[in-house]
Amino acid sequence: MAHAHSVKRHTGLMDWLTTVDHKKIAILYLLAGGLFFGFGGVEAMLIRLQLIKPMNDLVSAQTFNELITMHGTTMIFLGVMPVIFALMNAVIPLQIGARDVAFPFVNALGFWTFLFGGILLNLSWIMGGAPDAGWTAYTPLSTSTYSTTHGVDFYTVGLQIAGLGTLIGGINFLATIITMRAPGMSFMRMPMFTWTSFITSAMILFAFPAITVGLVLLSFDRILGANFFEVSNGGNPVLWQHIFWIFGHPEVYILILPAFGVISEVIPTFARKRLFGYSSMVFATILIAFLGFMVWAHHMFTTGLGPIANALFSIATMLIAVPTGIKIFNWLFTMWGGQIRFTSANLFAIGFVPTFVMGGVTGVMLASAPADYQFHDTYFVVAHFHYVIVGGLVFGLFAGLHYWWPKMFGRVLNETIGKWTFWFFAIGFHLTFFVQHFLGLMGMQRRIFTYLPNQDFDTLNLVSTVGAFLMAVGVLLFLFNCFVTAAKPKGVANDPWEDGRTLEWAIPSPPPEYNFKQIPLVRGLDAYWKEKMAGNKEMTPAEPLGSIHMPSPTILPFVMSVGIFIAGLGLMFSSEKFNNSFMSMIFNNWIVVIIGLVITFGSMLLRSLFDDHGWHIEPEELEEEGVKA
Amino acid sequence: MCFQRSLRKWKKWGRSMMKRWQAVKRLLPLLAVFSLLLAGCGREDLSVLRPQGPVAQEQLGLMKLAISIMIVVLVIVFAIAAYVLVKFRRRKGQNGVPEQVEGNFKLEIIWTVIPLVLVIILAVPTVQQIFAFGDDHYNDKDAVQVKVTSHQYWWEFEYPQYGVKTAQTLVIPTGKKIAFELKTADVLHSFWVPSLSGKMDTNPDGTINRFSFSADKEGVYRGKCAELCGPSHGFMEFKVKAVNGDSFDNWVTAMKAPAVLPEDPALAEAFKKQCLSCHAVGDQGGPVGPNLTGIGSRESVAGILLNEGQDGGKPVKENLKEWLMDPQAVKPGNKMPNPKDLGLTDEQIDGIADYLANYKLNY
Repeated sequence: MAHAHSVKRHTGLMDWLTTVDHKKIAILYLLAGGLFFGFGGVEAMLIRLQLIKPMNDLVSAQTFNELITMHGTTMIFLGVMPVIFALMNAVIPLQIGARDVAFPFVNALGFWTFLFGGILLNLSWIMGGAPDAGWTAYTPLSTSTYSTTHGVDFYTVGLQIAGLGTLIGGINFLATIITMRAPGMSFMRMPMFTWTSFITSAMILFAFPAITVGLVLLSFDRILGANFFEVSNGGNPVLWQHIFWIFGHPEVYILILPAFGVISEVIPTFARKRLFGYSSMVFATILIAFLGFMVWAHHMFTTGLGPIANALFSIATMLIAVPTGIKIFNWLFTMWGGQIRFTSANLFAIGFVPTFVMGGVTGVMLASAPADYQFHDTYFVVAHFHYVIVGGLVFGLFAGLHYWWPKMFGRVLNETIGKWTFWFFAIGFHLTFFVQHFLGLMGMQRRIFTYLPNQDFDTLNLVSTVGAFLMAVGVLLFLFNCFVTAAKPKGVANDPWEDGRTLEWAIPSPPPEYNFKQIPLVRGLDAYWKEKMAGNKEMTPAEPLGSIHMPSPTILPFVMSVGIFIAGLGLMFSSEKFNNSFMSMIFNNWIVVIIGLVITFGSMLLRSLFDDHGWHIEPEELEEEGVKA
Repeated sequence: MCFQRSLRKWKKWGRSMMKRWQAVKRLLPLLAVFSLLLAGCGREDLSVLRPQGPVAQEQLGLMKLAISIMIVVLVIVFAIAAYVLVKFRRRKGQNGVPEQVEGNFKLEIIWTVIPLVLVIILAVPTVQQIFAFGDDHYNDKDAVQVKVTSHQYWWEFEYPQYGVKTAQTLVIPTGKKIAFELKTADVLHSFWVPSLSGKMDTNPDGTINRFSFSADKEGVYRGKCAELCGPSHGFMEFKVKAVNGDSFDNWVTAMKAPAVLPEDPALAEAFKKQCLSCHAVGDQGGPVGPNLTGIGSRESVAGILLNEGQDGGKPVKENLKEWLMDPQAVKPGNKMPNPKDLGLTDEQIDGIADYLANYKLNY
């Protein structure tokens, strides 16, 4: 063994800070995502409480704008994205029969940059005010002329750092899925969740650079006095809208495609049937991703781009309905002739289908530009995107979490509580958002901190707020379920749902550090199901038993992210006048930025100069662990 | 025989009643939804669903087409889903493995082609309307030109053909095409009168927008800012007052009449010094703040404090006083200095409020 050497095994907190194991990183993503989802949820509750009655004064107008900005930003970038990454990390290496992702070190780096970016953004609440220009941060409102606190700086710098993590994660999954599939797993034998994650990663690769550029330009305008969006000096605010939505529209497909993947795993499992129209599902996913880059200006129909642009973007947007429709009918016909079991995971997956269709049809309605002149920036739009993001994505995430929980933690979530979670969340969801369609049509524009009485808005807003509380109960029940389940002993079977179809169900729950003792041989779509149907108890190995090469744990990704975090703070306050002369000196002379960058680049240097070849698990140890698992 | 026949009759009646009852039961939720819809269409002067002009009318027409298509789609999907969920639930003791269907080429073609056809049905009128609304009517001979300039958080309306400027209440003649040129003086806003037309953003110089609408009936319509523009975004409301052609001409004449100043010379002096440095009345004053000519006959103060005659409105003087005593309390973040900070006493504020409340235009 050329590189065999003993590795320092950490325990406790150090284990989590240094881990490069995709399964542990998945749990980290889940914890961090859950935490930020909680923040975003509290913000949502405050928004709904403020709007419960006309002329309410629970929060001030300024605070309300900070709440809506942080709710949107937090939920999209820090709430649902990491939970998606949690599922991707937990499941994809297992589904493709790999021992880890392609770049375990980079995987950890992606998580820590995301976390520190998110922390930086949320620090704004206690450091002089949160961003207040909406999650879209339209200029000139977001420029330093009109948004005078550091709020939007926290937004640009925080998202820049968090976005770095997402981009890193996306590249990692692309490389993993392209290069690390088990022998026999051709692209057209990949499970649907792997497929959608693959496409999502590709979209991240192309979409995130746009927001990176946009955030750089906006930071330069705000912090360094550049003029990209400053009209009096030749800048153009409409430019920001294009840059933002060239990223922003693909982003919503980046979010929803993995949910499509989850649904495509859960429904077949609990219908005991293979996915109907697998190849058309793959084709539809690719088509949605492609069209997703062609429709950004439908967010700008009222900006005044002219009839030709509006007509083209209208039609392109409507076309997305076609591949999406294919998916919906494929799911319905997967269940047709099956034997449907109503587990919590499947309840969420089944609930997803009609809910998402409702969000989809309003999407087509919005695509019609002349009608959108009325819908745009009203509660109709608020209803629409919550139907697709909550009714679609969040339902999908809940389905995925209930489904893969036993694989991640070795314990099945309590089914009774799970079902209560579903009913509270689903009923609350429809109560909250269905009425908002009508609020929009009746003339209630979005992002208003309160409204006059006598506009017929009062009852519907009250209903909406009541619904929001039912959703909150649903989320709290889920949290409660996590704790109840964690208190129970581990030890579920490899295939706790008994009808698992893909490779992850062929190995112990949770899997050992190295996932597969021997890399399996894949003999078709739904590889594990195929073996079960052939009467085999486990997968046929594709390699002899041998020593397994493992990556070493390392603290460097964490340290690098701390460095970026420090540099980010330094940049934001680089021209701040502090009361304390020492603080002014270190910030105004860029010393803080330099310290941060030295930490980050120093860590990169360390990583480059000192090779770490990892370590090996020998076959004898494998046998032991095999018995234990 | 007779008995049997009557029994059969009874059974038949019973069955038909059952059927009818089931039909009613099925219709009940639908009825509930419809009644909700009918009752909840919103205010005539505000709701998209109750259009008061041809542009809003056509846009609602397109929405109705879209909604009809979408309801068909929803009904189909929901019906299949309901059938599948009832019919194919796993029953006790069901252990056989269901047939693993790979797909069905014919079905997949059907549910690709039908949505495509539905999309085309919606796309054709969409494109037609996009180009119809995209027409620039600004230089039409019989169009009334209005230059709209949005400010944090008020609306300025200039009528270049008449040399008149006003604020907060846009007065228009019925039946005529009103051609707008929209721009902003600061951040982005969006000009929206739901019952008359969809919205259009007000951008800075260089990306100025034009569009037009008209009102069929006389009346006051509510307008709103639809683009987040700061803390008081929700309070950036305005009114569109449609009057007949003669009244409109009278209004223009009244607007162009020389300014009426407070009778008390000391008050007039204070008003000129402190208020007219930004605001204008008639031919006097500055362009920084909203024009105050005839503010006493407008529907609201500061766009958000509704006057008598509006739902829940208060006397105009009361509203003016509320505003002048503390503008920030009414509209957080607005740019008007507090009159007290300018050195105006409570008495003077009361006098100015009284003067402005009685500054009415006859038209």
